[in-house]
Formats: sequence, structure tokens, C-alpha cells
Amino acid sequence: MSASKIAWINDSYAKMTRYNFFRRVNWGRFSVVSVPYLWLAIFFFIPFVVVFKISLSEAAIAVPPYTPILDWNLEEAYVTLKISLSNYLFLLEDDFYLSAYLSSIKVAAISTFFTLLVAFPIAYLMARTEGSTRALLLALVILPFWTSFLLRVYAWMGLLKKNGLINETLMSLGLIDQPLIMMQTDFAVYIGIVYTYLPFMVLPLYSALEKMDMTLLEAAEDLGARPYQSFFLITLPLAMPGVIAGCLLVFIPAVGEFVIPALLGGSDTLMIGRVLWDEFFLNRDWPMASGVAVVMLIILVLPIMLIRNSQGKEGAA
Amino acid sequence: MTIKKALTLSVCSALLAGNALADDKVLNIYNWSDYIEPEAITRFEQETGIKVNYDVYDSNEVLEAKLMAGGSGYDVVVPTGAFLERQLQAGIYSKIDKSKLSNLGNLDAALVEKISSHDEGNLHNIPYAWGTVGLGYNVDAVKARLGDMEFDTLDLIFNPEVTAKLKDCGIGVLDSPAEVMAIAQNYAGVDPNSESKKDLKKGAEVLEKVRGDYKYFHSGKYISDLANGDVCVALGYNGDILQAQSRAEEAGQGVNVSYAIPKEGTLIWFDLLAIPSDAPHPEAAHRFIDYILQGDTAAGISNYVYYAVPNKAAEPLLNEDVISNPGIYPSEAVKAKLFAQKAHTARFDRLLTRTWVNIKTGR
Repeated sequence: MSASKIAWINDSYAKMTRYNFFRRVNWGRFSVVSVPYLWLAIFFFIPFVVVFKISLSEAAIAVPPYTPILDWNLEEAYVTLKISLSNYLFLLEDDFYLSAYLSSIKVAAISTFFTLLVAFPIAYLMARTEGSTRALLLALVILPFWTSFLLRVYAWMGLLKKNGLINETLMSLGLIDQPLIMMQTDFAVYIGIVYTYLPFMVLPLYSALEKMDMTLLEAAEDLGARPYQSFFLITLPLAMPGVIAGCLLVFIPAVGEFVIPALLGGSDTLMIGRVLWDEFFLNRDWPMASGVAVVMLIILVLPIMLIRNSQGKEGAA
Repeated sequence: MTIKKALTLSVCSALLAGNALADDKVLNIYNWSDYIEPEAITRFEQETGIKVNYDVYDSNEVLEAKLMAGGSGYDVVVPTGAFLERQLQAGIYSKIDKSKLSNLGNLDAALVEKISSHDEGNLHNIPYAWGTVGLGYNVDAVKARLGDMEFDTLDLIFNPEVTAKLKDCGIGVLDSPAEVMAIAQNYAGVDPNSESKKDLKKGAEVLEKVRGDYKYFHSGKYISDLANGDVCVALGYNGDILQAQSRAEEAGQGVNVSYAIPKEGTLIWFDLLAIPSDAPHPEAAHRFIDYILQGDTAAGISNYVYYAVPNKAAEPLLNEDVISNPGIYPSEAVKAKLFAQKAHTARFDRLLTRTWVNIKTGR
């Protein structure tokens, strides 16, 4: 081996180690930053791409039960790419899906409104108390989460049914003489959603209200504002980020809610979660079910991204 | 040898042993919930030394979704006839090697013959249990509203004059479009398995007239609701309703539930043991199926779950309250009026699902 060659090897080895060293530092930094992105990619983006891909195929009696988009045969030397938009066209043509989306959005909107109404006083109280009382209130909000969600919905069935606790109590007090029909109604669905999603509303509200500068309220009082005026002019606008975050956290899952309407609602409650179930299990049409899911995501995500965007700009300004 | 190496080696050998075990000593069963006598599994494990992993589902749709996704890992599954019929088209079941089944002769040949409409020549299935879809009712509540009459009629749920009287005490109907529509079409006097739009419409008209009197469409709630008196009439599976009956007796609240097979004729269904084509342990699967075919095993299951088993050798071993219960083992005359539901085409399924949603939501 010649000396020049050895020098060259040494040189490139030095380069390599430097390169490696450089890379290692970068990689460490990269890995810290990339964790959330990796999370999003694995648990949101990849599943979404899979669902989107299925929505472009057609149903078939096979394993898996849809036609492949990409098909190739090396012996006969062909590759075919077959994308079907028929599912999306069918979604547009048939007004059934539109009314299912609209009625889901209506149910979710009404429930979100009532959740906000119930959650605000709770969060307000939590933010205004101190020390152990606050810890106790916080625990009370979070504690129900320790019980299975399904169990809590079943508990509501026990309360709301015809010979359930509420009816029995009201009857024995003589307030009503016929049991109230509460189960299998939209009312029961609203109760179920408000109850289940309450903590998702309380916690963001609480964190917004807790950060509030109390001297602002004193100043308002000094300047002659009545309590309700200072609430609407100061507290509410300052709590707005919490209100928006809480409403989104409740509204988004409520639109796709399947279990609560299935257990508490009547047969006539038309929601998109149920439509998805029917497409998937009764029609065995995975592509159509995927199409319904993709459209739901678009309907939900686009306006939300717009809201977040405008919020971001406000924050920067 | 370092500790680390020793650990790695022992883990490796454990894995190898596990694999060897998996070849012939494990069996993965996927069956309906509450559908077997628990001791039957323990006895099978003791007799054969095969470790059973027993999973349960509560709807054919869930089973189908798992099987159609592929690679379910199950060795024995129990689909209902019409579902097996369609799944066979996708080629997801392997043929059953009947030479390995020493107890095959115990099967009730007349019933097996009926199943060949789902599976030509019955090459892929061994029947597990069978039953009917019929009427569960709260005897006292219905009598109080309708007076003394025979309650073995679909008028209880399909005749608007009758349902109007029963509305206040609650009517529940299975949320199962294919089954309920077949019964409604039969009630309307057309072929229950017809796929023509006209016949579907006739069935739908039956349901539209009475829909407002129904409390709900649901495939599971009626069991506890019948037992508690929350509904007084339900169209459901015979075993479920008999389960409601015994629950009501246990509760001792004076609720008296009874089951009737409607005289207009109704659905007979068969749940069938089948082996998925990608089953990892087909040998063990055959042994299990042969074990189920034993008269004593089948009788134990029938006595426990209150469904009929198509097993001649089981008959002498059945409890008196099971074999003499016409809701479980109906007479030949009643059996003659029962019809099996065929698998539908995808086109008809789509039409049926939409019709069903429209009926349910009153659109």
C-alpha cells in the first residue's frame, strides 16, 4: 500500500468521523423534535392514507373485501392503476348522506353548547378557589374518568329508564303520575354527550380562567362596571381561547359519536357514526365506508384549521 | 458465559418451546358470547392437552369483518348460515376433513340436509346449534291489553290494530334488516328470500305501518328489557328470549316471559362450525369439532344455552325442560313452516340497508 493511499484513507477516515460526529448531534436534536411528528405520522397520517386508498377502490367479495388499486403481473408485463371515484360521486348524488352529516352536526352543536353552559361555572369556581378546595374540585372533575366510559353510560340508562331512579323518585314525591319517557330520545343522547365530555370542556376553561389577571376585574369595578358587565367585557373575552379549545374538544368527537346514540338514543336518531357502521357491516362496502369517513374528516378539519389559523394570526398581531 | 448471554439463550429456548407448542397444542376459537357450557372447554383441554384460547363476538358482522380483513388467526369460527354462504364465495374457509370426525354419524340428517342450501354438499361446515326468530312476550301485560287469545302470531308486532294497544308497554324488534325483512315479506305473503324491489316494498309497508308503535330496533337490549318489564313484546332469537324468561324468574318481580314461534312461519337459522383457510392449527380444530359432535358435549351445551343442537345422540341426555320446550325443540309440524334466509347480493343489501334506515328514522 502506498503512502499516498494510506494518507488518503486516513483523511477520509477523519472526514467520516467528523461527519459521523456532526450527524450524531443533528440526529439527537432531530429525534427530540421529530417525536410529535412521528406520532402524528404513525397514528394519524398513515391510517388516513390507508382509509383514503380504500375509498378509491370498489367493494368485492374477497380478502380483503375491495379491489386493489394497483395491480401488476410481471410475466405478462403489465401494471394497471385503477382509481374509482364512484364512492364520492354517490355521496354527492344521494342526499341521505348530507342529511346524516347535518343531523350529526346539529346533535354535536347542541351538546357542545350545553356542555359549555354546564362547564363554565364549574371551571370558574375552580379558578377562583385556592389550595385544597381547588385540588378537591379538580379531582371531582377527573375522578369519573377512572370508571369505564361504558359503565357510566349504562348508569345513565339506569337513571333515565321508565322505571328508573329519576322516574321512581318523581313519582313517589307525587310530582308526576305517569313515568317520563326519557330513554331512546334525543334528550338522553344530549345528556349522555354533555356528561361524558364535560371534563374536556372544564379543563381548558379552567386553565384559561386561572391565568386571568384578577386586578383587571378590580379595575373594572373601580371604573363602575357592574359584575355582569365585567364578566362579559373582561372575563369572557379573556377565557375565549379556553372556550374555543373546549368546544373543539367536545364538538369533534361528538360529531362522530356512535356508542352514546346507540345506547341512549332512539332508532330515529340518524348520525354519521351509525351510517358508517351500516356501510361497513351491513353493506360490507369498505370503500364506501372509507369515503364517508374521509368526507367527515374534511368537513370537520377544514373549518377547524381555518379557526386555528385565524387565531394564530391574532396571537401574533 | 455472561449473564446477558445466558438470559438471551434462555429467552430464545423459551420462544422455541413456545413455537413447538403452537404447532399442535393450541386452538384459537371464536364463538358467540354465552354460547357454550364453560366446563366443555375445560374438559376438552384436559382430554387432549390442547390449550384453548376462547374469544367471543356478539354479531355475525363483527366476525365477518375480522375474517375478511385476513389473518385472523382463528382455527374455529361459528358463522350463521347465510353469512357462511357469502363468505364461501370469498374462499375464506377450508374443507372439513370428515374422515377425521368419528362422531359424524350423530348429526341429525334431516337438519343437515336443510343446511346444504347454504353450503353445497356441506363440505365446509358442521352445524353447531340452531334456533328460530320469534316472539317473546310478557304474558300478563299482553293479556291485560289484548284479552285472551293465542299469542303465537306476528300480529303482535305487524298488525297496526294490535300494536297500537301494545305501544304503551313497549315493543322491541331486532335491528337486523335481512332477518326482520324476510319475516315481514313472509307476513305480507311474498317469498321471504325474494330480491325484487316490489316484494321488498311489500315487506317495508308492513313495517312502516307499525314503526311508530315500536320502542326500538335493537339486537341485544330486549333480553334485559323483557326480564325487567321495560318492553312487553320483542321479536328476537329464541335462546335470548328463554334467557330473559329465566332471568325474570330469578328476579322474582312477577314478570312472566314466554316465547312463541309465530304460526305464520318464521326464520330458522343454523350456526355452523367452520375452519378458516388460514387457520394455524387445523388438526386441533378437527379434534374440537369431533368433540362437539359427541352426544354428551352437545347435550351439555343445549342444556346450558337453551338452543337446540342437531345431534341425535344428545337427545336422551337433554334435560326434561329443554327437550320438551317447544320454543327450543319445536314439533315437526311447526318445523315444516320454518324457512332459512339466503345470502343476498351486494346490490340488494345496499337497497335493503337504505330501506331499513328509512323505516327506522321515519324518513
